[in-house]
Amino acid sequence: MRRFQNSIWVYGDYRNYFQNRVTLQLLARAVELAPEIDADVCAVIFGHSVDDFVGEYIAHGAQKVYVIDHPDLKTYSSETHAALLTHLSRRFSPEIILIGATDFGRELAPRVAKRLGTGLTADCIRLSIDDNGLLIQTAPAFGGNLLAKTVTPACRPQMATVRPGTFQELPHNDDAVGDIIPVTMPEDLPVPRARLMRSERIPKRAQRLEDAQVVVCGGRGMGSKTKFKKLFELARLLGGEVGATRPVVYSNWIAHDALVGQAGKHVHPQVLFSFGVSGAIQHTAAIADADLIVAINKNPEAPMMKMADTAIVADANQVCSSLIRELKRRIRE
Amino acid sequence: MRYHFVVCMKQVPMVSELPWDSRSGRLRRDLADGMMNPACKHALEAAIQLKDRHGARITVLTMGPVMAEEILREALAMGADSGILLTDPKMAGADTMVTSFTLARAITRECPDFDLVLCGCHTSDSETAQVGPQLAEELNVAGVAYVEKLDLQHHTVRLEREADDFLETIEMDLPGVVTIATQRYTPRYASLGGLQEAFDRDSITVIDAQGLGLTPEQIGRNASPTRILDVYSPAAQKENIVMRGSAKKVVEDLLDQFGDQIAAAIGKDLKPNG
Ligand SMILES: Cc1cc2nc3c(=O)[nH]c(=O)nc-3n(C[C@H](O)[C@H](O)[C@H](O)COP(=O)(O)OP(=O)(O)OC[C@H]3O[C@@H](n4cnc5c(N)ncnc54)[C@H](O)[C@@H]3O)c2cc1C
Ligand SMILES: Nc1ncnc2c1ncn2[C@@H]1O[C@H](COP(=O)(O)O)[C@@H](O)[C@H]1O
Repeated sequence: MRRFQNSIWVYGDYRNYFQNRVTLQLLARAVELAPEIDADVCAVIFGHSVDDFVGEYIAHGAQKVYVIDHPDLKTYSSETHAALLTHLSRRFSPEIILIGATDFGRELAPRVAKRLGTGLTADCIRLSIDDNGLLIQTAPAFGGNLLAKTVTPACRPQMATVRPGTFQELPHNDDAVGDIIPVTMPEDLPVPRARLMRSERIPKRAQRLEDAQVVVCGGRGMGSKTKFKKLFELARLLGGEVGATRPVVYSNWIAHDALVGQAGKHVHPQVLFSFGVSGAIQHTAAIADADLIVAINKNPEAPMMKMADTAIVADANQVCSSLIRELKRRIRE
Repeated sequence: MRYHFVVCMKQVPMVSELPWDSRSGRLRRDLADGMMNPACKHALEAAIQLKDRHGARITVLTMGPVMAEEILREALAMGADSGILLTDPKMAGADTMVTSFTLARAITRECPDFDLVLCGCHTSDSETAQVGPQLAEELNVAGVAYVEKLDLQHHTVRLEREADDFLETIEMDLPGVVTIATQRYTPRYASLGGLQEAFDRDSITVIDAQGLGLTPEQIGRNASPTRILDVYSPAAQKENIVMRGSAKKVVEDLLDQFGDQIAAAIGKDLKPNG
C-alpha cells in the first residue's frame, strides 16, 4: 500500500453561485486529469453553513471535500481564505491546486502561492499533464496574441487560476458519493487588516463591450455612418455589442468608448465579426482572444483576413444586410 | 502628517512589436519600443490625486532594463517626486514570485517609511495581476486588488472596488498595498515642458542586485519557481477558411460551417427550418 495519495484540489468559490460555475468546471477537468497522475479529486471550502455547496461539489465530481465551517467565516475575505488554504495545503500536501480566475480567485491565489513559496500561472485556458506528470499550464499573454506554456518543476503544489468558461461542468449526479472531511478552524488566525464594510450586488446594467460574448466590429470599409448603423441591428440580433476601429470613432460614426485596440478596449468574445477592417496591429492586439473570428473584407490579403477562422471575400455592407436577413429568418423568438 | 506613496510601474513593449526569443521563451526587450504599462499609469494618477488632496511624497519604482528609466522620467513629469530603477542583468527572467520579492526588498531598504504602495491591476504583457497581492504578502501588510476609489483617513484608507458583481467598501489599515483598476483614475498627460524638465532632474537612483544585498541565487530566472516551456501564436493554429461568392451564398456557407458555434455563443437555435 502506498503511503501517499496524490491529490488535485479545487478551491470552492461559491459566492455568486448561480453565475459562477467555475468551481464545477474545474472539478470536471480535474476528474479528467486525475488518472494521469493517480490522484484523488478534492474540493476545499471555507464558510458558514455551506452544506449545500459541499453536496454540489460531490455531485459534480469531488471524491473528497475538506470543509472549514465556522460563523467567523460568514464574510468572504481573501486574507482569511489565504490563511486557511495555506494551512490546509501545508497539512495535506496536494500536488495541484486549481482556482477559478474570478476577481476573488485572482486576488486569493497569488497570496497563497507566495505563502507556500510555489509558482502560479494566471488565467489559464488549457491544462494538461506531461510525460513527467507535470501540470502544463497554458495562458494568454499580450491580450491573447501569444500563448505561453508554463510548468512548475520543483515546487509544490503546482498552482493555476483558470478562466471561467474554459471547461464544461459534469452533469449533476445525485448518486455520487464522496468523503466529507471537516477540519477545525485554526486558533491563531490573524485579524484581517482589510475589512469589508459593505457589499452590495451591482444591479444588472447594460452589457459592456469588453464582457460581450459576441462582438461586431466595424472599420472604415463599412463606407459611411449610415451604412455603419446596420452593425447595430446585427449586434442586437446576436445579443452582442458593436466595436470600431480608430478611423471610425474619429469620423464619429460611433462614440469613442467603442474603440477596440491598443488605445481602447480589449475584447474576448466567443464570436467576433469584423467588417471592413484592415487589421492593423494596434487593433488586432486587442481581439486575438476571440474564440471564433469571422472577417469580411474585399481584399483577401488584408492582415485581418489572415488571422480569421473564416475570411469572407466580399462587400462588407452586403454581407451585413444578408446576414441580418438570414438571422431574422432563422431566429424564432 | 505627510504621506509617502510608492508607485510600482513596469515598462512594457508597445504591441506593434513583439520580438520573442522562441527558444528561451523570453521577450527580447532590447528590441522592443517601451511604454509605461497603462494600468500603472492609472496607479500613478491615483497617487497624484491623493498627493494633491493630502500632501505626500511619491516615489516611483521599477525593475527592468536600463531603458526603463524612461518611464520613471515620464512619471516625474506627471507629478512624482523621485524614482528608483532596479536594473541588473541577473534580475532578468523573474516570475511574479521573484519580482515581488525584489521589489519588496527595495521598498524596505529605500522607502521604509512608506504608507501606501500602489500597483497597476495588471500588465499588458504578462497579464498576471499577481505582483500586487504578492507584494502585500512579501511586505507583510494589508492588500486589496482592483481598487476603483481611495479615501485616506489617517491610519486607514477607505476603498471601493467592484469584484465579481459586487460593489465593495473596504477599510484597510496602513501601511498597505493596493492595485488600481482602470475605470476611474484617468491619467493626466505629461506636458512637453514637464518632460524636458524631468530629463534634466537629478532624482533617479539606480540600484543593482548587490546594492540590494541580493545574491544571484535569490533573483531573476534562477530563483523563479515557474519555467516557460514554449511561447507561440494561437493564430498559427487557425484553419483560415476562405469563402467567396455572392453575399447570400457566403452567409449560407458561414452558417453551415459555423452555425453551431455562433448559436452556442448567442444561446439561440440557428438551424435552417426546425
Ligand atoms: C499609436 C497608435 C495607436 C492606435 N490605436 C488604435 C486602436 O486602439 N484601435 C484601432 O482600431 N486603431 C488604432 N490605430 C490605428 C491603426 O493603426 C489603423 O489605422 C486602424 O485600425 C485602421 O482602421 P480600419 O481597419 O477601419 O481602416 P483601414 O485601414 O482604412 O481599412 C479598411 C479596410 O476595409 C476594406 N474595405 C474597404 N471597402 C470595403 C468594402 N466595401 N467591403 C469590404 N471591405 C472593404 C479595405 O480592404 C481595408 O482592409 C492606432 C495607431 C497608432 C499609430
Ligand atoms: N518589473 C516590475 N517593476 C515594478 N513594478 C512591477 C513590475 N512588474 C509588475 N509590477 C507591478 O505589478 C503590477 C501587476 O503586474 P503583473 O502581475 O505582471 O500583471 C504592475 O501594474 C506594476 O504595478
